[in-house]
Amino acid sequence: MSSRKHTCCDGFTRSQLLRSAAAEAGKGLPAIEPGMPDPAGTGLSRRRFLSRSAGLALAVYGASKIPLSAFETGIAQAAPTDKILVSVFFDGGIDALSVLAPVGDPKYSQLRPNLGFAPGAGPTFTEDTRLQWHPAASGLATLHGEGKVSTFPAIGYDHPDQSHFTSRHYYEIGELQVGYRTGWLGRYLDAIGDDENPLQGLSLDGDLSPMIATAEKPVAAIDSVDGYDLWSRVDDPIEAEMFRSFARFGTLPSDSPGLSQVRRASYQTDKLRQDLAGVGDFSSPVAYPDTYFAHKLAGLAAYINFGLPLRVVTIRAAGGYDTHADQATDLEGNLRDTCDAILAFQRDLESRGLADRVLIEMWSEFGRRPEENGSLGTDHGAAGCAFLVGSKANGEMVGEFPGLGNLDEDENLKVASDFRAMYCSLLEQWLGYDAEPIIPGAAGFTRPVLVKA
Amino acid sequence: MAIPRQQPVAVVDPKRKHRRHRKRRRVWKDKHFRWVPDGQGDWRVQGYIYTHHHKPKKGHYRGPGKKPPRSALPQAAAVAPAPAVGDPRPPQAYQGAFGVPQATRLLQRAGFGAVPGQAEALVSLGLVGAVESLTRPTGPAVLTGPAPTDDEGNPLAPADAWGHDHLWWLDRMVRTDQPLVERMALVFHDWFATSLANVSTQQQMIDQSNLFRSHCFGSFLDLFRAVTIDPAMLQWLNGNENYKWAPNENYGREMMELFSLGADRGAYSEDDIREQARALTGWRSEWSSEEGEHNFRFDPNWHDFGKKTVFGQTGNWGWEDACRLCVEHPLHPSFFVAKLWSYFVPQPLSGAREGELISLYRSSGWQIRPVLEAILVSPELYESPPMVKPPVVQLAGMLRTLHRYVDTEAWTWLCEEAGQRLFYPPNVAGWDDNRWLDTSRMRARWNMVTYALEGTSVDVWGEDYSTTETADEALARALASWNNPTLREEHRAELLDLARRSETLIVANWQQGPYRAMRQNALLQLIGVSPDEILQ
Repeated sequence: MSSRKHTCCDGFTRSQLLRSAAAEAGKGLPAIEPGMPDPAGTGLSRRRFLSRSAGLALAVYGASKIPLSAFETGIAQAAPTDKILVSVFFDGGIDALSVLAPVGDPKYSQLRPNLGFAPGAGPTFTEDTRLQWHPAASGLATLHGEGKVSTFPAIGYDHPDQSHFTSRHYYEIGELQVGYRTGWLGRYLDAIGDDENPLQGLSLDGDLSPMIATAEKPVAAIDSVDGYDLWSRVDDPIEAEMFRSFARFGTLPSDSPGLSQVRRASYQTDKLRQDLAGVGDFSSPVAYPDTYFAHKLAGLAAYINFGLPLRVVTIRAAGGYDTHADQATDLEGNLRDTCDAILAFQRDLESRGLADRVLIEMWSEFGRRPEENGSLGTDHGAAGCAFLVGSKANGEMVGEFPGLGNLDEDENLKVASDFRAMYCSLLEQWLGYDAEPIIPGAAGFTRPVLVKA
Repeated sequence: MAIPRQQPVAVVDPKRKHRRHRKRRRVWKDKHFRWVPDGQGDWRVQGYIYTHHHKPKKGHYRGPGKKPPRSALPQAAAVAPAPAVGDPRPPQAYQGAFGVPQATRLLQRAGFGAVPGQAEALVSLGLVGAVESLTRPTGPAVLTGPAPTDDEGNPLAPADAWGHDHLWWLDRMVRTDQPLVERMALVFHDWFATSLANVSTQQQMIDQSNLFRSHCFGSFLDLFRAVTIDPAMLQWLNGNENYKWAPNENYGREMMELFSLGADRGAYSEDDIREQARALTGWRSEWSSEEGEHNFRFDPNWHDFGKKTVFGQTGNWGWEDACRLCVEHPLHPSFFVAKLWSYFVPQPLSGAREGELISLYRSSGWQIRPVLEAILVSPELYESPPMVKPPVVQLAGMLRTLHRYVDTEAWTWLCEEAGQRLFYPPNVAGWDDNRWLDTSRMRARWNMVTYALEGTSVDVWGEDYSTTETADEALARALASWNNPTLREEHRAELLDLARRSETLIVANWQQGPYRAMRQNALLQLIGVSPDEILQ
């Protein structure tokens, strides 16, 4: 079925599968390519529980000796006033040269005869007028116009690796090494985190992001922001009677172990449904786009407002960005879904008075080749783009756009800023923690100013 | 007093549930058509509300397609009721009445439940005839009813698309005329639990399940040998990384501990594990980014041709010997019969019955079928307390009962939430049958029932439901939709009470129809999540 065929490369989907399997099962990663790094987080134990105080079904990773009841207490007692960093990952290597298209660069139309944008197709990037925003990134352009977006038009590292797996691993661990078991934010949580609050590091994608994999402190992942809900085609007042009968199934006498097992589960399920009623339900003060990604961000804003003790949150951007073929259509839809939702999320935080507590980091494992390929797509490249979004973002470009006339030896965009320097600044200026023990070689990086004083 | 005709929105907001649904994942609904049995020996077209989980293309296919032949009607019609020929049974078999309740239990534990008429047809065959109709199928399985599709009506891509491997097998469970083959394949998928988490392709997992299908009634030694060199298993337990220079003991250990002898029974030593690993050396494969692990083969250069001593027997053993030595081990038959028993009967295998099964297994030369047949006619199968259905078994049974087919990818994630994603057992020991139910998994089963009832539930606000239906009529209608399952008396009483309580809530005229429709949906839902449906 050709319609189902992935346009991304095989290695990408394979590694996706293996990573999630490894992080979830915590049982070591099979080597699928010589020298391929183990994802951080491999080996963490995983337990599931339903938190009453948070109203969420959590998969908790790490710290297996701590009883689940302690997490309940930990979540209830943690102070919900910390600064929050939200990481949004463009999975697959987003084409930086489309997000900020260098329409003013003389080589652009030559390298991108089919995929290039016409000048004026999107909003001009005011800090470097050679560049213009992708029309679907208008949400980001709007926030940039308000001084709430710091841009990195060519971020990366020296000797870029073009494997999704390896390059993403570098970004996740904050070091150019294979074999790290902790993510850069996981090490931060290990340093400052709470022993009993798994919500301090939260992945909204069902599986744990290796970025927040810790060595000691508990972290969590959730499948859904919607809490604990039993669906039916019955409304009140009949619904209440239905649940009453369901609960009675749970309390009638049993004459076999199997029956009493079903009764117990029915009773507990109904009890939990009552306990958690309404906790997982949220409403938003602003309108969000009708996408699943936007829905998760809407839930996140509600949870911050609800006072859940979050510090670091990870989420994958809408869709995938490994656009080896038919890039124009795929990128347009996914980028719009992502940027429109980010704009709504920022407006939501602003209207709730929470905007000063949250900074969003948007990143990808690499950018794509400046020269388009023969399938109306682009292949793996080197320098990519990153954005910091928030009321407290400094709002100034970091590193220049190096231009297409001066590519590296692989014909890829040169790097003008190092992602580890961004991490150092985020740690020190936003999270208030010395980067030295977290990012190897931190002393060697100049810290860009990323946060408004 | 005038009764307000206007629906008071403050009391009931009909849109509420829809909003909740959309919050989870945007869906698009429209009307589709399908063929369903009309109950009179033919098919009829049924319109139903179809939920798309991706935006459907304009003018997309909405069914019902070509009318299936009458011969494709599910169930009983296909099994010609045999004339009553008495019901001769061996002395050690169950001697009680073999009626519809017993036939239903047999179909639940040795298949995926009964469709209308099927239990009655089995009863007419007598106990032994009924069991043999399951254990001795002829020819390839025939799948009847609409072919499985994804949410957009496309055929499945079991080897390529995420989750379609799960749907592919679920569909076989729903539509096969050889249910015990699928049930036994599931037994051996659990017995030789292999997970796609460490296997290159979905096709390799599907191939392994086909191996279970083709060997499920034959020689256990043949099956054991076939699994040992099966590409999925070679990857899962590192059989393809086991060479003479550095033997990998993973398979050597599990083949004894989990597959043939059992731990802590004094059956083998750590030395036996090491020697078995040497006997198993020689299998290898290649890796490429396109195919993953492929080209599985025995390479004599990788094999250790030296002498090995396993269970005290010394020889130049190879992989076939490794399997044979396990099966010939004096402690293997007791392991085999107890493990097979545990899939069908919740209580432990007792002394006399154990001896009977062991001697059948030995005398038949390690054949699976005779032991299986003895289990399926045993008194314990019919007299033992109920067991919890595995989630996919419950789902497949529900879809059969409700005339639903595999037409949505939701079954994959719903089964995963319920704790049983096919081809992803939690570890090499398989699923834990004592832990099918907790608050997360029970919720998933509830929601699974909600999804399965799409097309059976009534549209509360969209159609004119009866304004006069009584509580008894409501319960009868709901039970009929579920093919009149045998409910425990206290459950039936509770449902009837629910039906009566609901009626007392009807005060306004406008509530007459909608509240009765909701009552019907509540009854349908509760039958689906009742202990009677969850247990087998």
